[in-house]
Amino acid sequence: MSMSTSELKEIARKCRVEIVKMVYRAQAGHPGGSLSEIDLISALYGNYLRVKPNEPNWDDRDRFILSKGHASPGMYAILAEMGFISKEDLESYRVLGGICQGHVDMKWCPGVDFSAGSLGMGLSFGMGCAIAGRLSGSERNIFVMLGDGEIQEGSIWEAAMAAKHHELGNLKVILDRNRIQNDDFCVTQMRMFDIPAKWQSFGWDVMEIDGHDMDDVVRGLDFLVNNNDNPAILIANTIKGKGVSFMEDNPAFHGAAPNDEQFKLAMNELGEVMS
Amino acid sequence: MSRMAATRDGYGQALLDLASNQKVVVLEADLGKSTKSLHFRKEYPERTVSCGIGEQNMLLTAAGLASSGYIPFASTFAIFTERAFEQMRNGVARPNLAVHLCGSHGGTHTGTDGSSAQSIEDLAIFRTLPNVIVLHPSDDVSTRVLTNQLAEMNQPSYTRTARNKTPVLYDGREEEVIIGKGITLKEGNDVAIIACGVMVSEAMKAAEQLAENGVAATVVDMHTIKPLDVQLVHKLAQSCGAIVTAEDHNIIGGLGGAVSEYLSSNIPIPLERVGVNDRFGESGQADEMLELMEISSPYIAEAALRAINRKK
Repeated sequence: MSMSTSELKEIARKCRVEIVKMVYRAQAGHPGGSLSEIDLISALYGNYLRVKPNEPNWDDRDRFILSKGHASPGMYAILAEMGFISKEDLESYRVLGGICQGHVDMKWCPGVDFSAGSLGMGLSFGMGCAIAGRLSGSERNIFVMLGDGEIQEGSIWEAAMAAKHHELGNLKVILDRNRIQNDDFCVTQMRMFDIPAKWQSFGWDVMEIDGHDMDDVVRGLDFLVNNNDNPAILIANTIKGKGVSFMEDNPAFHGAAPNDEQFKLAMNELGEVMS
Repeated sequence: MSRMAATRDGYGQALLDLASNQKVVVLEADLGKSTKSLHFRKEYPERTVSCGIGEQNMLLTAAGLASSGYIPFASTFAIFTERAFEQMRNGVARPNLAVHLCGSHGGTHTGTDGSSAQSIEDLAIFRTLPNVIVLHPSDDVSTRVLTNQLAEMNQPSYTRTARNKTPVLYDGREEEVIIGKGITLKEGNDVAIIACGVMVSEAMKAAEQLAENGVAATVVDMHTIKPLDVQLVHKLAQSCGAIVTAEDHNIIGGLGGAVSEYLSSNIPIPLERVGVNDRFGESGQADEMLELMEISSPYIAEAALRAINRKK
């Protein structure tokens, strides 16, 4: 039962509200990359990912590996929306003993398949999951979300080369290309030139979309799930901080929390009625 | 003359032993001929993952396999496992995924490749990771037995094997080899020599040299660096009152470090650490390296006498 794009958009809006609330409550965390990825993640969980919220460790589930694990508020928001965890659990973000650790952690939070936090690791881990799926004779898919700054890590390219060598058609990458990394715009830190051409040259199937246009996102995810001959990558052009005006395209909100005034403004912009 | 063999051959044999378990998979980084995973690859290519010359990717591919119910054994040279240290730390040890990493060609004993290939810090760095078992067996038989036991462990491990042949100690004694339990090879009450890897046979030679001078030494093969067999260390401290550690590894942080950490906190007695004295090696034959590094049997015997002299 497939959700409409307007339903997916509404899920993403609700997730955006929770993302900003989490970071505001913790007065720490990474709102920018959570807001840029959330349309993609909402559509993925809403219509594509074969998972069972009441049985998070179901052996034959699809895997979703958030390699850019600092963008955890986005993942916690969707896990709560899907029923893996409760809305109250979101209050444990970055709180001692809480299941919502600063970076997503498979040992702490149901529905998390990879303990992230160190960039450049998720694609290799996903490759292992993809080989395991194939060895098991399973048709499950392995989705890995990378950040564009993250692909500056050399280990990403070890994995990109190896995934094609092993013809892992069940390995699907979503690149959240928001063009900003920790210190500044990516272009100031390490120019990456023609990213689609790089993946193509490694033997991957590539599609580029607007990561905030839900129709385009659906087309892109269709491409990923219907393309099982090669490892495939969806390069989603996104805006860091999307949906909150003062965070949009602003390197300052890669890893910073809004103050009281900014929080109210953000809630207002996201259509959240404050009591 | 006892049989001579390299511990890496025991590793290769163990992978074949384990192959009947369909969950066992092997990962290589273009050194299968050297680490001896090649025998498994030849028989079971469908369960062997070539990672090319890419150790970081290998460790995390193994982690992904472990998270999906497989039992991965990944190997490369000891020195190159260090390149993937953070992958081992964050991607394997932290989520406690049972990935079994083997570093062959460890220590200066590896010889003529020179200092770039002579890992003298691997035991130390992997020992600092929570959840990780650290092994450094002394012969091919114990390596085979210990590697088989790893497949039953629900936690990750690092095993250092050696390139070159050393005397075989455990033919017909397989049942004595258990992860976490040091093996007493010789008993004497004047001093205890605790050794690992290629240094166990050097320790046995040292004990013979000491015996000629009327000194009775215990020799222990401490093949498991972590978790350290502290009951045995404690018992040796009580019965001998002086201990020498012997390892083909930096004196900082390895077996000597582990034993001294325990002794200083629990039962302070004289300890002498024989190991690579915080320096890099160079090209040379295995026996020449042990001389150059001042860790061969005469140096162990000298250290034993120093330790005995320090007893009150």
